[in-house]
Amino acid sequence: MKKTYLPVVLAAALLMTGCSGSDDQGGGGGAKPGEKVELTYWSWAPNMDKVAEGWNTTHPDIHVTVNKQDGGDPAVAKLLTAIKAGSGAPDVMQAEYQKIPTLVSANALADIAKEAGALKAKFPESAWNSVTLGSEAVYGVPQDTGPMMFFYRSDIFAKAGVQVPKTWDEYAEAARKIHKANPKQYLGTFSSNDPGWFAGLSQQAGASWWGVQGDAWSVAINDATTQKVADYWGKLVQEGVIDNKPMYTPEWNAALNDGTQAGWLGAVWGPGVLEGNAASTKGKWKVAQLPQWDAAAPANGNWGGSATSVTSQSKHKEQAAQFVAWLNTDPVAVKALAGAANVYPAANDATSVALTSPPAFFSNQPDFYTIAAEAGKITKPFTYGPNVNVAYSAYNDAFAKAAEAKTAAGFPAALATMQQATTDDLKSAGFKVAG
Amino acid sequence: MSDLRRRTKAPYLFLAPALILFAAFLAAPIGYAAYLSLRRIKVSGLGLGLGSRTEVWAGLGNYTRSLTDPEFLPSVLRVGGYGLVVVPTMLGLALLMALLLDAGRTRVGTFARTAIFLPYAVPAVIASLLWGFLYLPRVSPIVDVLQGIGITPPDALSSSWVLYAVANIAVWGGTGFNMIVLYTALRAIPTDLFEAARIDGASDIQIALRIKIPIIAPSLVMTFLFSMIATLQVFAEPMTLRPLSNTISTTWTPLMKVYRDAFVRNDIYAAAATSVIIAAATFVVSYGFLKLVGSRAFSQEN
Repeated sequence: MKKTYLPVVLAAALLMTGCSGSDDQGGGGGAKPGEKVELTYWSWAPNMDKVAEGWNTTHPDIHVTVNKQDGGDPAVAKLLTAIKAGSGAPDVMQAEYQKIPTLVSANALADIAKEAGALKAKFPESAWNSVTLGSEAVYGVPQDTGPMMFFYRSDIFAKAGVQVPKTWDEYAEAARKIHKANPKQYLGTFSSNDPGWFAGLSQQAGASWWGVQGDAWSVAINDATTQKVADYWGKLVQEGVIDNKPMYTPEWNAALNDGTQAGWLGAVWGPGVLEGNAASTKGKWKVAQLPQWDAAAPANGNWGGSATSVTSQSKHKEQAAQFVAWLNTDPVAVKALAGAANVYPAANDATSVALTSPPAFFSNQPDFYTIAAEAGKITKPFTYGPNVNVAYSAYNDAFAKAAEAKTAAGFPAALATMQQATTDDLKSAGFKVAG
Repeated sequence: MSDLRRRTKAPYLFLAPALILFAAFLAAPIGYAAYLSLRRIKVSGLGLGLGSRTEVWAGLGNYTRSLTDPEFLPSVLRVGGYGLVVVPTMLGLALLMALLLDAGRTRVGTFARTAIFLPYAVPAVIASLLWGFLYLPRVSPIVDVLQGIGITPPDALSSSWVLYAVANIAVWGGTGFNMIVLYTALRAIPTDLFEAARIDGASDIQIALRIKIPIIAPSLVMTFLFSMIATLQVFAEPMTLRPLSNTISTTWTPLMKVYRDAFVRNDIYAAAATSVIIAAATFVVSYGFLKLVGSRAFSQEN
């Protein structure tokens, strides 16, 4: 073992001296001409290595190795640890939009405005805003977005004689009807486990939980729009026509399978979830736009979605930025993202180049991606702050309590708790907080 | 002369590996955690961009923050209640099974011993996932069976039952280990002691109560101590069950609060302070317990 190990260590040491040698002339930039650059990419999207293969075959001098991560949260925790330690971070990193302010604030992401700033026109305004945080800097290129959509069991709707709800009032009415027709069935559930889901619903109503005012942050979690959303769900849960159990549990999967959950306020990536958890229900699901607060002015929210960023520890920032730009704008790559990695690419032309046929699980709905594109277009702007993690964990605890108690009054109270925890955290860290 | 020097060097040479490992992997991290618990991040402006965050001294600020956190005391009390359920149940069952196995000394003994010990080999996370399935009404075969015979069981993860649901996993996983420890101690008792008692007309129960249990008291003390420390550090079970219900918060136990502060809120300073508090409490509790009971338990050995 030792015998084979030593040459590897020596080779690695030599390689490292080689790298630092090339750094001297290039600053943070490129390697010597003709020298092969090795990049690592942390991503949790499935089959991302196959997408990167497309880059590797056409770019012999820049090789990308994909390192599969467990998911958005663990990847960020690992990255922040590596940044703190001073080494160990990848060159390229998939980062969820709501994590970008946290990562920027920890100085984990490189500004690639010089290399990628020109790509702005290729992406929806709301997605581009998430990678710039409204500044001149560019902290990544949008990779995928998650416009929210309403999935429902068409067979159960037909049996109960329920129309597809266009407004939230109609949704509440439909929930009552379905629960009345079969007391075991619910149109949906209020999940205390999914702050991103509730943020998306609030975004649709017009909320933006954080904001920048000069050099101060503002927190508007407990504002009138989000209160309206919390009130609405609190009343439905108290009435008992909407379930109060969290999503993404074996219980919820079983409920999707046996029709106990007759609908789901999901996002464009929902077909994968439904296929994985309730494969036997294929062909029974249909998709529609989210119900609206104001049918005359349709709006939407985002649940999920991520950007591809270059980390501040990368020694090959320029090459990494090239890869990031290719991954998210090149038609071949966008097609692979949609086809192999199963994400909904953020690029504007994705619908025309990559998403021409519906996902297999929704083969009964040919206009799936037309609806998704429309949902994406009407998505409202939303600003994330530097302590999304704090607000989200406060959501978990406060709304779990409210959902368990099943009282309408508990929901606005939970919102106030969230607001308090978020502002207190900002203040105790020394941020200036407006208002 | 050189002989003497070699002799004085030798102990250090033998001790060196242990000392180095202790220093590198125990003392240094503890020291670093203590250092971190006295630091905090100071943000300037919007906190974006290079150099907007600096680490500064915090004095005892993190400790006051930790101790005055409205979630901290309830989590400590909860773990106290959990310990009151787990430790007596687990040790009681372990002792009972060890005594039964020891008294019987039959062929089923080997099988029973392995069967009881087996859950200990299942990692806590796996055990919690497994029990999680058994607790959720819609996927639980236990609930199906009970409903089949006309009983509607309460929701195991509802607020009034969740403590017992978590405790049950710990008891299931820990009984086997404690049983083996106690059983081994029982096997070490010289048989002439029982034979003497039996000739004098003592029943099996009397032998167990008057002879066996007093003799294995040191083992009972040790298993009690281990169980108490494990209770203070309960983490994997509630952490795994948390996403399945509304009733387990992210600060359900003190250690979960440490995890949340460090890895969800990215506030390693508050997490370090809480860790130091937990470590100190563990030390005080275990040392106090040993002081209280130690002299009596160990005097049996001499």
